[in-house]
Amino acid sequence: MSQAIQAVDSENLSLPPPRKKGNWFWDIIKGSTQAKVGLGVILFFTILGIFAPWIEPYSVHQQSGAVFCAPSAKHWLGCDDGGIDMVSLLIQGGRISLIVGFCATFVAMVIGGGVGIVSGYFGGGTDTFLMRITDYFLVIPDVPLMIVLATLFGAKLSIIILVIGVLLWTGTARIIRAEVKSLRERVYVRRATALGSSNSRIIFRHILPQVGPLLIANTVLTIAIAIFDETALSFLGLGDPTAITWGKIIEFGFLRTAVSAGAWWAIVPAGICVALVIMGCYWLGQAIEDALNPRLKVAHLSPRTFQMRPLVGRGSDAL
Amino acid sequence: MSQDLPAQAATAPPEGEGAGDAPDEPAKPSPLLEVRDLHTTYPIRRGMIGAIRRRPHQWVSAVDGVSFSLDRGEMVALVGESGCGKTSTAQTMLRMVDSKSGSILVNGQDITKLEHKEMRPLRKSIQMIYQDPYESLDPRFRVGQAIEEPMLIHHVEGNDEKRHEIVVGAMVRAGLTPPELYIDRYPHELSGGQRQRAAIAASLVLDPELLVADEPVSMLDVSVRAGILTLLDGLRRTGKMGIVMITHDLSTAAHFADRIAVMYLGRIVEQGPAKQVVRNPQHPYTKALLSVVPKRDPRDRSVPQILQGETPNPVNIPPGCRFHPRCPVAEARCQTIDPQLHVVTSDEPEHEAACILV
Amino acid sequence: MTLLEVRDINVWFDLPEGNQLHAVQGVSFDLDPGERMGLVGESGCGKTTTILAVMGLLPANAQLAGEVRLDGENILEGGEDTVRPHRWKDISMIFQGAMNALNPVKTVGTQIVEPMELHGVAEGNAAKLAAGELLELVGIPARAAARYPHEFSGGMRQRAAIAMALACQPKILLADEPTTALDVMVQAQILELLVGLAQDLGLALILVTHDLPVVAQVCERASVMYAGKIIEIGPMDELFHNPRHPYTRLLFAATPDLYGDEEVLSIPGTPPRLDRDIVGCPFQPRCDSAFDRCSVELPELKSVGVGHEAACHLNDLVEATAGRGGEGGLG
Repeated sequence: MSQAIQAVDSENLSLPPPRKKGNWFWDIIKGSTQAKVGLGVILFFTILGIFAPWIEPYSVHQQSGAVFCAPSAKHWLGCDDGGIDMVSLLIQGGRISLIVGFCATFVAMVIGGGVGIVSGYFGGGTDTFLMRITDYFLVIPDVPLMIVLATLFGAKLSIIILVIGVLLWTGTARIIRAEVKSLRERVYVRRATALGSSNSRIIFRHILPQVGPLLIANTVLTIAIAIFDETALSFLGLGDPTAITWGKIIEFGFLRTAVSAGAWWAIVPAGICVALVIMGCYWLGQAIEDALNPRLKVAHLSPRTFQMRPLVGRGSDAL
Repeated sequence: MSQDLPAQAATAPPEGEGAGDAPDEPAKPSPLLEVRDLHTTYPIRRGMIGAIRRRPHQWVSAVDGVSFSLDRGEMVALVGESGCGKTSTAQTMLRMVDSKSGSILVNGQDITKLEHKEMRPLRKSIQMIYQDPYESLDPRFRVGQAIEEPMLIHHVEGNDEKRHEIVVGAMVRAGLTPPELYIDRYPHELSGGQRQRAAIAASLVLDPELLVADEPVSMLDVSVRAGILTLLDGLRRTGKMGIVMITHDLSTAAHFADRIAVMYLGRIVEQGPAKQVVRNPQHPYTKALLSVVPKRDPRDRSVPQILQGETPNPVNIPPGCRFHPRCPVAEARCQTIDPQLHVVTSDEPEHEAACILV
Repeated sequence: MTLLEVRDINVWFDLPEGNQLHAVQGVSFDLDPGERMGLVGESGCGKTTTILAVMGLLPANAQLAGEVRLDGENILEGGEDTVRPHRWKDISMIFQGAMNALNPVKTVGTQIVEPMELHGVAEGNAAKLAAGELLELVGIPARAAARYPHEFSGGMRQRAAIAMALACQPKILLADEPTTALDVMVQAQILELLVGLAQDLGLALILVTHDLPVVAQVCERASVMYAGKIIEIGPMDELFHNPRHPYTRLLFAATPDLYGDEEVLSIPGTPPRLDRDIVGCPFQPRCDSAFDRCSVELPELKSVGVGHEAACHLNDLVEATAGRGGEGGLG
């Protein structure tokens, strides 16, 4: 017994230095340019949206320039059909677009994550039942349903958020379910069951922390889709008429003959903003996903490309 | 004399047995663990086509009538190759799977009859050590948290400090000293042997009576195995613990276990004191198994008795003696008679084998 | 005539932090035709990396130095181009966990025919016939060639992996832990098969494993590796009865014997990290016989008997006392 204890005492010579308490999220950000850019873009627009009332150069409710005036020093991106400064419109629009995107994603994440975890953990009849519901929602085409629901229930921001959220949770649910199913079989989870741990305890202590990063990656990607869906809805005229969103800006641009007037600045910048945010979300989301998948890390290593190095300080026929 | 009997009736040996012993010797306390005629089966999935064609359900008899007992302070090794049912026996003992029939008595209480809710408090006293030290600890838990977790699950010792004391105590008992060095580490920072010690410490905090160790060292380097095995050995000697060790390694079993039970296709085919089973094997399977264990000494050129083929699928258990298709000394009657465990020689009364030829 | 001469193999792996891991540090050994040699060591000692280096199968972040002479020709000289012609035709390998590395969507027969056709050894029907013969040689009925790997048991899959390795009739077979995941009875069958093949086909065999008794049973000679170096090499008999390195002795002592009563030992401590330079003997922190010279000077492999070499300063002490004749004796 004493030998056994002594054995471990001298093992500390080889222990690696204690890992500095680092957050996995920031490690990923630090390690990937793609993630940095993506996060940067998202943060940029978010901050812009938060401080909108204070940084917009002009009010969005007052005419401040000529109708469809071209970009100039006074109005960096010109004005729209009502003479309202485009930059202010874009800042305000970004605010609402992002709010809808984030909220809808939150709804989707809660439902999707919940369904995925319950379905994957309990399996059996619960799993089958929940998955059939998921399949049902998956099969429905998004945009036509949104159109129908928005027409039925009226176009309020809260309805839009709910509609988008309810249609987006299915993707998350499937991915989380698959991961939870495999986690369920891990030895430490089975061990927790053998120890007498309750299901809820296992889910919150063992499964959720493991699934968390995947959920986050999935959430970021879902934000991209949510913003796109909202833009599409607004563009089709189904958005909240009182809210200014990027989609609305584009819609007004088209409706109010910006094209024939040659006023590209009334349409294109809004589209670019949407595209940028979506790209940013994808970059960040992909970076997190890649970081979580260990196999992708070593995909670049393959045999047959080893390097021959000459024997240090010796001739080629040295022994 | 007759007045004594009713009071002792519950635990006294049946009349007639032990007649030669002193009549007022105190009765043996019930063993820590007693497994009686345990059967565990798994259904084979029919699939949709099978269900449509109404094929009968097929069952795998993973554990097909296993009986053994374990006292406090004893270590019994369940030895066998894959498919012999040793892991299924352990799973059934922990009620991770439900048995089809038979009983498992822990301190005299049949746990097969309990609801899962009633089983929970008992899980404090039955702990399992898993084969894979790289997987048995949650990678996100620090070592100290992982060792504390069982106490939190069972709401033991509400005081943070008291729990910390118990955690440190368990780490010292498991040989993870100095505890301060390891308590805040993550499992991936530790070696395999250290991780296994952490898992052992985690199983000690609830003061278990029964420890089931499933191949505790097979995934560790040779140089650290003895440390872990000696630790387990010490735990059962000093504590009131009984250990069931599951292993495929006969040498380990011979060195550390008190008794060995050799399993084949869901049955125990030979059991007895470790030294006796290893030095005087009776069942042909045990003899063959022992002969093929590679010897360290290159000069030991004993001829191994290599059996043909592999262990058959437990779905198709051969009739009669389940070993007869591979048995080097099988006779015609082995195809029809299913042997039971019986004592082979009178000078080894605890050594039993299930073979009609011995 | 020595079939394989491995000289001063060094392998460095580039680590993500920027430094390097010196996984194999100057490994050299010879292999004669039909000889069975063991390469023994625990996890992390570099034995698998060594044989991967011999086959030229190291990943892109590896750097390799040294020579591997097959029938006198250095096959590593031109890198991949000089190694590839010899792969599978002269040297082939059974990988660790080979039984799980069989392609699940191809029949076993197809997978044996593949290397044959790739290397131009045989084609079409001739190849199929040859594959069938190979399967019979390893103890699988030839008609099983049409089956898929999942229909085989673990032991049979390992036999199939051996058949694949023999597809192009190599002279040397490198087996990396061929029986580790198998039951003891199946292990005995596979080992018997390997020994039989080596004897019947005149195959040279390098058996890489951590399991000393397996090596004791199968091999005539063995090299013991520790921390990337060979610390002792010699006949199996000598290694067990006259080990000249404390690690060898302790490794045997840590392996329980079926009938013996001696206490089973464990070796305290862990192997050193190979991403740093080591001063002195790498085994010194864990050694039970270390003395002052051990922490400053790296021991070299020196001859301690016929075909027996060890890298330990203790052997110099023995020599020194022997050299003085019977002076220090009792009387």
